[in-house]
Amino acid sequence: MYEGMIAETITISGHGGDAIEAYFARPLGSVGLPGVVVFHHMPGWDEWSKEVTRKLAFHGYAALCPHLFSRHGPGRWDDLAAAARAAGGVSDAQVMGDAKGAMDYLRNQPYASGRVGVIGFCSGGRQAYMAACTLPGLDAAVDCWGGRVVARPEELNERQPRAVIDMTPDMACSLLGIFGNDDGNPDVEQVNRIEAELTKHGKTYEFHRYDGAGHGFFAVDRPGYRPEQAVDGWKKVLSFFERYLRTD
Amino acid sequence: MCSWITEKTGIVAHGKGVSEWISLRTANVYYDHPASAPLDHALIIDFLNETEGPGARVAVELSAESARALVRAIEAALAAGEQCHESTSRTHTKERKTETADERR
Repeated sequence: MYEGMIAETITISGHGGDAIEAYFARPLGSVGLPGVVVFHHMPGWDEWSKEVTRKLAFHGYAALCPHLFSRHGPGRWDDLAAAARAAGGVSDAQVMGDAKGAMDYLRNQPYASGRVGVIGFCSGGRQAYMAACTLPGLDAAVDCWGGRVVARPEELNERQPRAVIDMTPDMACSLLGIFGNDDGNPDVEQVNRIEAELTKHGKTYEFHRYDGAGHGFFAVDRPGYRPEQAVDGWKKVLSFFERYLRTD
Repeated sequence: MCSWITEKTGIVAHGKGVSEWISLRTANVYYDHPASAPLDHALIIDFLNETEGPGARVAVELSAESARALVRAIEAALAAGEQCHESTSRTHTKERKTETADERR
């Protein structure tokens, strides 16, 4: 455990060189730290997303959560989420550019080990899966109940032009998936399809599916929180990162 | 004439206000994860004035049941209010016509 840490909002260079906000937490006085980029969930860059970032720092990672709706600011995180929705949402290309900026920031710190993973929740889970398929140099990815990895043609548009499941052949790092069996998005059938695609293409992955849990069951401030499943799920996440981000 | 016709309904919701009256130009309506209400999903209405920046937002997050109750209340208030105002308006028109006829005499 790393009980001493620094946590703050910083500015990083995101997609297209845009200056965006990011919440950054890291253990104090440690070197050789792996990094983790945190994709916040759809409601926005909220308090819980920052708690997740600090939790990762507590476990020895330099964690960085870029504010994906930052360009609509300045303003409150929930107003900026509403503004992003009013504008039609953020594009996949922009999100991946912001994630690349966050990865570069983490790798460039003097205390960095050079290894970097990603974790995402809800829409961020889909983005973590996409990062595993599109961002070179990623060492591990965790998809927590990412919705619309499996997408119908009518769900695709200019901002999200490609179904993420179709990117699976390009996945270049190990993947951990955490899902609730009561979730409607992704539902059990969709998770089965994703797993079949990963198997078909010989990817390294592990999925954990929890009974009695639905969407967002790690989020302690939401009614879907399921403590027993969440505690076990976090163990799986930390064990996975330990395996892929700390080993040489 | 104004009336006191009001439809009242209990709701499960969270709301976000602003300190002063502001002009609003857009209403975005969606059913998704709320920012504040303790619900998995909520019917969310963002009343916005995008020209005034992201903070010019009055928002409500309602449970699905509350949202449906609100729709019924809005429909009922409109129906009752419009009917009342229409009949009042007819009475006024009739009164004005009578006054004009009296003046002619």
